[in-house]
Amino acid sequence: MDGTQFLQQIINGLTLGSLYALIAIGYTMVYGILRLINFAHGDVLMVGCYLAWFGAVQFGLPWWAALVGSMALTALLGVLIDQGAYRPLRTAPRISALITAIGVSFFLENLGLVIFGGRPKAFERPEIFNQLYQIGELRVLSHSVWVPIITALVLAGLLWMIYRTRLGMAMRALSRDLVTVQLMGIDTNRVVAITFAIGSALAAAGGIFWAMKYPQINPLMGVLPGLKAFVAAVLGGIGNVVGAVLGGLVLGFCEIMLVALWPEMAGYRDALAFVLLIGFLLFRPTGILGQELPS
Amino acid sequence: MLEVRNLGVRYGGIQALQGVDLTVAQGEIVCLIGANGAGKSTLLGAVSGLIKPTAGAIAYEGRPITGHKASRLSRQGLILVPEGRRVFANLSVEENLILGGYFRPRGREQQADMAEVFDTFPRLAERRRQQAGTLSGGEQQMLALGRALMGRPRLLMMDEPSLGLAPLMVAEVFGVIRRIHQRGVTVLLIEQNAAAALAIAHRGYVLEVGRVVLSGSGQELASDGRVQRAYLGMD
Ligand SMILES: Nc1ncnc2c1ncn2[C@@H]1O[C@H](COP(=O)(O)OP(=O)(O)O)[C@@H](O)[C@H]1O
Ligand SMILES: [Mg+2]
Repeated sequence: MDGTQFLQQIINGLTLGSLYALIAIGYTMVYGILRLINFAHGDVLMVGCYLAWFGAVQFGLPWWAALVGSMALTALLGVLIDQGAYRPLRTAPRISALITAIGVSFFLENLGLVIFGGRPKAFERPEIFNQLYQIGELRVLSHSVWVPIITALVLAGLLWMIYRTRLGMAMRALSRDLVTVQLMGIDTNRVVAITFAIGSALAAAGGIFWAMKYPQINPLMGVLPGLKAFVAAVLGGIGNVVGAVLGGLVLGFCEIMLVALWPEMAGYRDALAFVLLIGFLLFRPTGILGQELPS
Repeated sequence: MLEVRNLGVRYGGIQALQGVDLTVAQGEIVCLIGANGAGKSTLLGAVSGLIKPTAGAIAYEGRPITGHKASRLSRQGLILVPEGRRVFANLSVEENLILGGYFRPRGREQQADMAEVFDTFPRLAERRRQQAGTLSGGEQQMLALGRALMGRPRLLMMDEPSLGLAPLMVAEVFGVIRRIHQRGVTVLLIEQNAAAALAIAHRGYVLEVGRVVLSGSGQELASDGRVQRAYLGMD
């Protein structure tokens, strides 16, 4: 592999990793405050993609309006899932909510199959993300430039919110003690709802940029990015937003490098995430940035 | 100010409270004593809205509040300092205080409240940027009290604020409770340290296995033979 090829793979890894990161943030935020692995997260992403598709294709919205509209509606979907499915189980054993999350996941996938049909739909890449830059031997799609920038902006915004605003303070407090924050006059359901809204909106955004890469969507498209983002969240230290981004990047780079260095291993690309997951769970279960988990 | 009538709480099969009547008048310090497991924390939990009662009624400032959410009641000045302090260990001292006044308008008034808390607890001012988890037990209790004060309580309920503290610290906590009361806050207090509690309380209730078995003025209770034997360690 020469220098140009190497640089090319770095860019590919950065793009893929940023996509995992965007999706992993939602996983990690929900886990951070509720200790719930929201297995429906990937399917929420799928719904977000279809909403954007409807916006762009059926209603002829410009791409940014379809994106923003989809993020808003997907945020609402996330809140409804929480209020309908998880909230009644807030004080139940954790396994109940986990099983419910798997149920919600199957429900959304099958509902998607019924409503949208199993045939993939083409998902067009808007002009702005479809520019091809050629720098010497290096070929870079503008999509690959924008995605990491957007992820970095999202991360900066979230860190500001979590560490500099009163809402973020309430989130950090709630993550440690759901009961005592209520004594501060804080409506915990509202804080949880906002968390779901943010996580789901980011899943929609991540999913839409994911779909632009391939570029098609189908009702089961959320499963793999969902699982990989979950792995990314664990790699980074679940519950930690910076960790989710770091974990996403690590996973993205590892996958790309596996395929680049050993093309004959390309078929094992998806398995790599789970090898990494198992490795981390065995040797560093708290992830890259994770501290000791509160028991 | 607070009226509890015929209150009952069950945890699954355990009847933790039964037929409890209790009143707190504006401006009083009322203390609740009883052995471990008597149901004292359950009573404050039910009043504060954290625990749903299975029977009875609670009124605060003349209005029924049975079944209201804890967050709503805190906003109305009915504030609990929970058992075991429960400061937010991962937040700084200052952030803990800000959360205590989360629902109040921010700005100058809140700044003034925080200055007052730091005035009452100078140790907290020194450690304002430190994570609450790094404080000593006594300092954490001060923080839990200060955090509650940030919400401008009208009725302040405290669940064993002196538990596990060194004697010097216990005296300081009781001093602070007196001062808070002098500023016009009504106090409902649970204490293991019955002697100290009855000394500052206007009235008290004795709880045994979920029922009120005795009530009266602080002095009456302190001179009652049963109380002396069971809670004051006298023969
Ligand atoms: N969350 C709970 N679930 C089941 N039983 C409980 C719970 N909390 C308290 N209890 C029981 O209720 C009774 C009263 O407890 P509590 O109110 O904590 O007493 P105290 O504060 O006086 O020590 C005890 O028998 C205790 O075991
Ligand atoms: Mg107790």
